[in-house]
Parts: sequence; structure tokens; C-alpha cells
Amino acid sequence: MAFFFDLFVNGLMIGSMYALVALGFVLIYKATSVVNFAQGELVMFGGYIAAALLVLYKLPLAVALPVLLGSMIALGFIVERGVLRPMVGQNVISVVMVTVGLAQVFQGAAALLWGAQTKNIPLPIPLEPYVIWEIYLSPVNIAAAVVSGVFMVTFVWFFRKSRMGIAMRATANDQQAAMAVGINVRMVFALSWAIAGLAAALGGVLWGNLIGVDTQLALVGLKVFPAVILGGLDSVPGALVGGLIIGAVESVAAGYVDPYVGGGTKDFLPYVLMILALMVRPYGFFGREIIERV
Amino acid sequence: MVSDAPRPLLSVSNIEVIYDHVILVLKGVSLTVPEGGIVALLGANGAGKSTTLKAISGLLRTERGEVTKGAIEFRGRAIHRRNPSEVVKHGIVQVMEGRHVFEHLTVEENLLTGAYTRHNGQSTKKDLDVVYHYFPRLTERRGFKAGYVSGGEQQMVAIGRALMARPTLMLLDEPSMGLAPMLVTEIFEIVARLNRAEGVAVLLAEQNATMALQVARHGYVMENGRIVLDGDAKAISENEDIKEFYLGLTGVGQRKSYRDVKHYRRRKRWLS
Repeated sequence: MAFFFDLFVNGLMIGSMYALVALGFVLIYKATSVVNFAQGELVMFGGYIAAALLVLYKLPLAVALPVLLGSMIALGFIVERGVLRPMVGQNVISVVMVTVGLAQVFQGAAALLWGAQTKNIPLPIPLEPYVIWEIYLSPVNIAAAVVSGVFMVTFVWFFRKSRMGIAMRATANDQQAAMAVGINVRMVFALSWAIAGLAAALGGVLWGNLIGVDTQLALVGLKVFPAVILGGLDSVPGALVGGLIIGAVESVAAGYVDPYVGGGTKDFLPYVLMILALMVRPYGFFGREIIERV
Repeated sequence: MVSDAPRPLLSVSNIEVIYDHVILVLKGVSLTVPEGGIVALLGANGAGKSTTLKAISGLLRTERGEVTKGAIEFRGRAIHRRNPSEVVKHGIVQVMEGRHVFEHLTVEENLLTGAYTRHNGQSTKKDLDVVYHYFPRLTERRGFKAGYVSGGEQQMVAIGRALMARPTLMLLDEPSMGLAPMLVTEIFEIVARLNRAEGVAVLLAEQNATMALQVARHGYVMENGRIVLDGDAKAISENEDIKEFYLGLTGVGQRKSYRDVKHYRRRKRWLS
């Protein structure tokens, strides 16, 4: 039983990192109806910048972190302004293709700027695991869960209570009405991308620290799809729950099944879940039901 | 330019609106709204009332429409090239046809979105109280999702939300649409009270001419993208043509025969 809980708890912590990346994806989809296939690449880019700042330029973490967050927010703004805004009003497939192209541009640019070999992100976190009730908790996972958790709680508060957050939800609900009450819809779009950039920056540091920074890091973006499909494409709590489920399921499954099949369970089970979810509940656990008054 | 009349709050002069670069919808519409006045814009479906309001609020551009000729001035400043959020900051808010509440937000959050253009938290609180004062029903509904409250309450949310921007001019598009007659009366009474107590000027686009002419002081009648008649609300409601075409009245006790209906058709064409 301890083995199960060990897998489960560590899986949840990994899941919180998926949730972080998924949050950025959901936010962009909700506010701007853009399915962003470059979310993973955004994370990768964040990881690259972090590695570059810490290893290449040898900046202390306290300096590197604000620079990283600032540049990823700026990157979000630039992408929205320069690439997505001209696409407003085009059909869905064109917009999707633009984000796919964007993903490749990020891949290429990162390799071009900082090289393709794997880099480490050194974080001042001890390696020695804590043992609580026979469960081995690695400090890196704990740190990741804490950072993701804090970010998400802050975000949810912002989204529910702040003036800008309410404006974002209003825009997601009815764009024209949002304009009619004076909400600056372009500002909302830009802000969604900026927050997605911020989430990607944190995701990049955490994931980069865990698995190393190279272009493969973008693959974490692929795990976002099962997470958001499970939770509901347009639901912020859905992103959180979906991420946690995917993290826990892949960890537990890998622990029990991998010894028999020789590995790989982690990579396919989330997608099996996604396909099942699409068959049973295509709008996800928390996806938006259309309100109709009769 | 010298004129003896005081400068109107809003003046729309001879605007032409084209949708999608080809479809001519408004063919030279002019109207004015005086400071603190209520002006009715009447006309049948498709006459161009909504388009006129959207031209003023700037929402036209979200529907690929464009003001190609003429000018819209608010307190002497041209606003027809502004985007909607700037227009709201100038003090004009449109309450769209079909209410358009944010269904997934609570009633109170809906109201709060209306205060977006004004950043002051303190006065937002006070404005909420003002809205709840005019629409006491919304007080009980404040925590409900706006998508689940009744149609009349949604209309109240829409008007209250607009009020939160502290507008000097409110553009009301078909507030009576889809509402029970009792509610229509209630909403029009509140609009009239808002106008009296808060000094909000109102430009009211309505198909329900009877109702609109009761609260308005001045009226315009639109047909086919043109203003075909304008005048004092009282004069309009006594105009023989208007009585026949819009108020559904003929001489007392007379019944309409089909021959007369055909006759209307001819006369209506002549009128436009």
C-alpha cells in the first residue's frame, strides 16, 4: 500500500506541474478561442531562457527569476500582438495552423540561440528525499507542487475577484457585450497570452529542472491535451483537476504496469483516458454547459 | 457656426453606413439628442434602428460595418472613428438588443463589468447601491448566475450594467423585446425615473411605439435606412400615418378591411 501511495502522491505533484501548463492553454482558449498548439514550446522556451540566464550568464536565481518572468510575459504579449491579432476573424483551422507554425519557430529559435544539447537548471533544492509514512517525497516535486499551487491559487483569486479577471470572464462569455460595456477586449487577449507566458515560464523552470532543458522539453505540452480534455477545454478548475488526474494516473500505472511491459505506460495511458473522455463526456468534467432558459 | 439653440448632447449628421463594403444600410440619417432628453427612434424590423445605435456606440465595426459618410458628434467631439471602449469612456453606453447579459457571471459580477472603464473601487460600491436602488429585484438575485434569472431581470441587469459606467447618454435597443407587457411598463418607468433623477439622456430604439412615445419627448421614425418623420413625441403619436402604421389605430370603432390594408401599402411606399 505504501508503494501505491508513494506513486500516487508523487504523481499528484507531477500533475500539479501539468496543471500549471494546462492553465495557460485553457486561459488562451477561454478568452480568445484560440487552440494553442505552441503551449509546450512556450514552456520549453521558458526553460531555455532560465537555463541561459542561470548557466550561461551565471545570474543569481533572485535576479534570473524576475528577468525570466518578465521576458516570458513580454513574449506572450508579442505573440498575441504580432501573430494572433492579425488572425482575428480567420477560420479556426488557419489559427490552429498558425500556432503549429509558431511551435516550430520556437523550437528552431531556441536551438539556434542556445544550442540543442541538454542543459540543466540548477535550483537550490536538496536531493535527499523526505520520508513520511514510508512515502518518499522528493524535495523537487514538493517545490514544484508548492510553486504550481501558489500560482494557481493566486490566479484563481485574480480571475474570480479582480476587475481585470471579471473583465476576462466577461469577454470569454460574450465578446460583443464586453465591448459594449467598455471592456478593452484587445487588452484582455493580450493579458491572457501574458499570463499564459507567465505560467509557461514557471512550468519551464520546474520541468526543465526535472527532466533537463532541450527541445524535447516541449513534449510536456502534449500531456496538456489529455488534461484539458478531461477537465474541460474552457474550465480553469478543469485544468487543475485534469492535470492532477493525468499526473496521478500515469505515475501509478507506470509503477505497476511498467515492470511487465518494459516501460512506456506513462506515455500512452493519458491518451487512452483522453479518448475515453471524448467518447463519454466530450466537454470534460467541468466544461461549460450552454445555459438555455426555457 | 452660430445657432440660437443650445448645442445638442449628441448629433448624428447625415451618416451613411455600409456593411461588408457593399451593403448600404443607412442612407443619410440625421438626429440629435438634447442634454438630459429622451428621444425615441421608431421603425419596423430592419429599418436601421439598431445600426444607427451601433454606429454611435462603435459596435458597428465588430459586425464589419462602417460609417462611410457623415459625422457623429458627442458634445462637439467626433466619435464615429472611436472604438467602443473609448466611446464608453466618453459617456455613451449601449444596452444591446436581446439583453446580452454575461450568462456565466453572477448578477453582481455583471454589474461590476459595467464599471470597467472607471477604476475607482470606492465609487463602484456606491454605484452598485444606486443600481440596486432602482432595481430592487436584483438585490435578491445578486449571487445568481445571470443566465438563470428571468428575462425581465436580465433586461434590468443589462440596464443596470450600463448605468454602472455613469453614462451621460444611454442607447437602449428594444428593451421591451420578449417581455410581458407588465414588465415592459415597469422597465419603461424605471428608464423614465433614471432620466429624471440621474439626468441620463436616452436614445431609445423601439418597435413598441406606443410605449416609447409615452416616455420620449421627441421621436424619429425610420424606414429603409432613412428618417422619414420626426417631431415632438405628442405630434408623432397624433400623426395619422403613424397611428395607422405603427400604433395600430384607425378611427374609433372602425374595422380594417383588406382593401384598406392594400391601401396602406401604397401609402407607406409613398411615405418612404
